[in-house]
Amino acid sequence: MSGPSTYEPKTGFERWLDTRLPIIRMAHDTALDFPTPKNLNYWWTFGGILAVCLVVQIISGVILAMHYVPNADLAFNSVQRIMRDVNYGWMIRYIHANGASMFFLAVYIHIARGMYYGSYKAPREVLWILGCVIYLLMMATGFMGYVLPWGQMSFYGAVVITNLFSAFDGIIPGLGTAITTWLWGGFAVDNATLNRFFSLHYLLPFMIAGVVGLHIWALHVPGNNNPTGVEVRSKEDTVPFHPYYTVKDGFAIGAFMILFAWFVFFAPEALGHADNYVPANPLATPAHIVPEWYFLPFYAILRAIPDKLLGVLAMFGSIGLLFVLPWLDTSKVKSMRYRPTARWFFLIFIAATLGLGWCGGKLPDDVVIAVGRDETGAATGFTVVWLSRILAVYYYAYFLLVLPLLGLTEKTLPLPDGISSPVLSKGGAAVPAGATASPEKKG
Amino acid sequence: MTAWPLIDQMNPAGDTLALASIEYDLGKVAEGQQATVKWRGKPVFVRHRTAKEIAEAKAGDTADLKDPQPDSARVKPGKPEWLIVVGVCTHLGCVPNFGTGSYGGWFCPCHGSVYDTSGRIRQGPAPLNLAVPDYSFVSDTRVKIG
Repeated sequence: MSGPSTYEPKTGFERWLDTRLPIIRMAHDTALDFPTPKNLNYWWTFGGILAVCLVVQIISGVILAMHYVPNADLAFNSVQRIMRDVNYGWMIRYIHANGASMFFLAVYIHIARGMYYGSYKAPREVLWILGCVIYLLMMATGFMGYVLPWGQMSFYGAVVITNLFSAFDGIIPGLGTAITTWLWGGFAVDNATLNRFFSLHYLLPFMIAGVVGLHIWALHVPGNNNPTGVEVRSKEDTVPFHPYYTVKDGFAIGAFMILFAWFVFFAPEALGHADNYVPANPLATPAHIVPEWYFLPFYAILRAIPDKLLGVLAMFGSIGLLFVLPWLDTSKVKSMRYRPTARWFFLIFIAATLGLGWCGGKLPDDVVIAVGRDETGAATGFTVVWLSRILAVYYYAYFLLVLPLLGLTEKTLPLPDGISSPVLSKGGAAVPAGATASPEKKG
Repeated sequence: MTAWPLIDQMNPAGDTLALASIEYDLGKVAEGQQATVKWRGKPVFVRHRTAKEIAEAKAGDTADLKDPQPDSARVKPGKPEWLIVVGVCTHLGCVPNFGTGSYGGWFCPCHGSVYDTSGRIRQGPAPLNLAVPDYSFVSDTRVKIG
């Protein structure tokens, strides 16, 4: 969609700069005049929201790094000092901690929007894969950031996640142990681990910013998908990004910030864990360790499988599937607006993922549906681990069975000729027919 | 090959490797109790087993074990009351809780692995028994771990 540039330098300085570094031209063409489908709904505002989230995290994170000490003996207390003594330290840390949750909330909506409207299909596969890379980097960054306060949840989060790699001992004996020792820089999670996690936690957001640049570049070649999934045919199908989507995105960002601020100022610990205010103790694990909410569905998949290696592979595989999604979905129709059957499978997929998230926060042997009681009087019946198994099977089946097969057999609804036609055909004709009503009374 | 120094720098440094062995006085552990000792950054369980626990561990030798090993191979000859294992769950590295779980050994709170009074895996996702570190008795009441 990137056509010839419409930028015209207006001042002498702009003309001078334009022949040396056409940076204003680039900003004009990508952020102001960029032709954008005119029918984008609010699900499309999460890209802008995510850009704001990244900036908020980088700014608040750089500030926190001015006060934080990445040392196993000092880290916990330095975070307490930020909370109690550093001017506005509590606010900046709560913005950073809740900002991570907001970032993931927005990215999950952004991914789900892409899945519903088929935004991953040709010609946007590279755009989609770059998005998956960003998501993977986000998970690594979020995980390592959670380790830095060096509380009990931090410590055992680091222990469990790094130990995932020890499963490779099941393929080549010794390989997994070599990897975990290398990751730790010792025989256990310790100071060396904390130091390197801090270094990488500082680095990765800037790598995310770089891949975001590629993501936007890859977006601006084919242009935005839109709710009909029908490609833009002419200039009439588009509006300039500014002011139409700067205003729409701006409004959505404002609404999102209200939610963000509510968490920061009224429920800053709602998404956290009390155990992380206990300093890390390598000799005792808390009774119930859970990851942050945004990792719970994958955690549930890990626990659903009794075999260590297969559990780890299933967990990584559930994210890996996203990368190959463009080639798993065989349907030519992008938007699920016109795929009545696929839409139901998609809604069940969302429900299954949320259900896995719920399971991830429970203990595996917790009873979901009580059937009877055992000799001690405790309820027995359908447990969380079995619910996780059913939901994990559906998660995989959605990618590996439903999307490949349904695309070949589904009867889709007729597609509109273009973005503009569904709006016009609703009234039955292209021209409003209001003139027939009692013209004599109009004086 | 030029990248190797950049990769290898993340492996344990010399001072980390130097933290090789510790000694521990067994007299501090009453029968039926365990002490947790830190060795190489990891917990080591020093468990003073009761006669009943030893009997249960021996009875487990004939059970259908995931990682088959007789109890006698997990303790020093003539010292069946002392079980010394690395207190790191072989699933994902959490520290199992003492005396809980249906086999009276340990129960891992993270993903529900159950170990018996010999530290052998009996239920749950962990693939291996709790590791027995290299150790020796320097006297009747003193062990050297590592």
